[in-house]
Amino acid sequence: MAAAAQPTSPNEDRPLLQVEGLRKHFPAGGSRFRRNERFIHAVDDVNFTLGRGESLGLVGESGCGKTTTGKMLVRLIDPTDGHVIFDDGTGEPTDIATLRGKPLKEFRKHAQMIFQDPYESMNPRRTIFDTVAEPLQVQDIGTLVDRLDRVMEMLALVGLTPPRTFLFRYPHELSGGQRQRVAIARALIVEPSFVVADEPTSMLDVSVRTGVMQLMAELASGLGIGYLYITHDLAVARYMCSRIAVMYLGKIVEIGDTEEILRSPQHPYTQALLSAVPVPDPTVAREPVKIKGGVTTLINPPAQCRFYPRCPIADDYCETNDHPPLEHKGQEQEVACYKA
Amino acid sequence: MSGYPLLAVEDLTMHYQTRAGEVCAVDGVSLSLERGQSLGLVGESGCGKSSLALALLRLQPENAQILRGKVLLDGVDLVSLSDEEMRKYRWNRIAMVFQSAMNALDPVYRVGDQIIEALEQHSNAARHEMVERVGELYKLVNLSPNFIQRYPHEYSGGMKQRAIIAMALACEPDLIIADEPTTALDVIVQDHILREFGNIRKELNMSMLYISHDMAVIAEVSDVVAVMYAGKIVEYGTAGEVFNKPIHPYTRALMSAFPSVTGEKHELATLGGEPPNPLDLPSGCHFHPRCPFATAVCAEQEPPTVRRGDHWADCWNPPED
Repeated sequence: MAAAAQPTSPNEDRPLLQVEGLRKHFPAGGSRFRRNERFIHAVDDVNFTLGRGESLGLVGESGCGKTTTGKMLVRLIDPTDGHVIFDDGTGEPTDIATLRGKPLKEFRKHAQMIFQDPYESMNPRRTIFDTVAEPLQVQDIGTLVDRLDRVMEMLALVGLTPPRTFLFRYPHELSGGQRQRVAIARALIVEPSFVVADEPTSMLDVSVRTGVMQLMAELASGLGIGYLYITHDLAVARYMCSRIAVMYLGKIVEIGDTEEILRSPQHPYTQALLSAVPVPDPTVAREPVKIKGGVTTLINPPAQCRFYPRCPIADDYCETNDHPPLEHKGQEQEVACYKA
Repeated sequence: MSGYPLLAVEDLTMHYQTRAGEVCAVDGVSLSLERGQSLGLVGESGCGKSSLALALLRLQPENAQILRGKVLLDGVDLVSLSDEEMRKYRWNRIAMVFQSAMNALDPVYRVGDQIIEALEQHSNAARHEMVERVGELYKLVNLSPNFIQRYPHEYSGGMKQRAIIAMALACEPDLIIADEPTTALDVIVQDHILREFGNIRKELNMSMLYISHDMAVIAEVSDVVAVMYAGKIVEYGTAGEVFNKPIHPYTRALMSAFPSVTGEKHELATLGGEPPNPLDLPSGCHFHPRCPFATAVCAEQEPPTVRRGDHWADCWNPPED
């Protein structure tokens, strides 16, 4: 099924994360007595790399598998198949897709997640100090006094000043923007090598959103953290990410340098997605979006391009052949399309 | 009928009584809307956009009270109507598409029957005529007629939204109020819905009040734009004027805070601070604590209205024309 992992040779230039043939198939149906033969192919043979300190945007519509991919990278979901080679340069490269027990707990120091909804990602009965210090407590780092200092430091870093006044407040006393800052502090307190940020600003107001985006960008460059930034908003991805990967129904259809993709999108889906983004200028009349209405079922999908039923330029070749592989088109751009 | 704009709101003020105190959600709002025109109402969450929409339809919750002001629809003041009379206006003359339209459908009834139920309230047509009408409506919003007899769970998010729009159009209202109808949808679906709204509006010469926090969406759907902050309209003008020559610092900040996928990548500006606490609004100009151009007078007195033709804003320190 998946491509075999390349032999892990020690190399200075290895990316932080190398994702190879990552899959997640959720069972659909079946029961204790009947074997399930139907699977939802939520993530299907996804390959990409994430460099140290790099931020990669994962863009796509709801249900395309971007969150599932993100959760697999921090092992909140176990992959069905594939490899995620993690190498932060300090130890041996490890395949985190199959880690268990102690090494998995050790890995969690390096990988953190920021969730979409700041109202639901925090325990309402724990104070901000408890919330932010929890990763330290779980990982058994420092004494209580050390943790207090560290939490104060983090709160100041994310702009919750003076930190002393926030320590013993509860989530309901904070606004959405402040909560998201707490979530960032909680993710960064263990000094991770990378953070999966799942639509961290989509619930926030415009005026507050920019502040949180800038904070995340500053912290990334200051602390050398890599981001997998999950968003459905190409405009946000443009500001947060140097590279973006466009996902459609479990597959990456286009990946490359952000500005290059926005300037000349090659995949018909990327083109449709880009032309559907509203433009904040009343004098601009956008071109109609070129996309058809069909959908591919994700339950045991047919062996053809996933985008075939909606593609405006597909022909017989696309119908009868397997999903196209990612191929280089331009310097930093890879596209999975026979017609591009 | 002529002589009046379709909708004229004059000095509308609505307060909520809460345990923590009185909240002034809509504060002296005046605006007018011609037949066939679309007005975009933009602002952050909590600024009173949705409260204003509810007040227009007199659907405000029990703890809210319209203290003063008029809502004139073709010259008739809706605020002074009895509940019974008001009911005849809703749906028939003014229809609303709510923010959570996804949840507005009853899961245990077929969608077509729900639209017929709305029709029955306002017309005496025979059943088969109504069924026919639902078919027409489905065509209008680009839904397959096969779905009329299906249940809401069989619809996708975008389809539910279309069904709700079909329902809102059922009685051919003069005015449709759309409160963030596309916020929960993906961009491609959003694009379809916005286009449909535009086409239907032109076809039926309907007016629309479109509420959103998204400047880009507002730019696409509106002829006229009103910017709301802390219960007040702070800037008002045609879309071209407001987007090209914004007067109020809040409008300017909103625009530069918005990332765009087209054109040069510009630095995003941050608007400092948090939206104001409605229980304890800042004195003078409500925006002064966050305003980069604020002077001493802004904190003390309410700002004057700066007029440039039909385009106006409330500000002490407007930019040069």
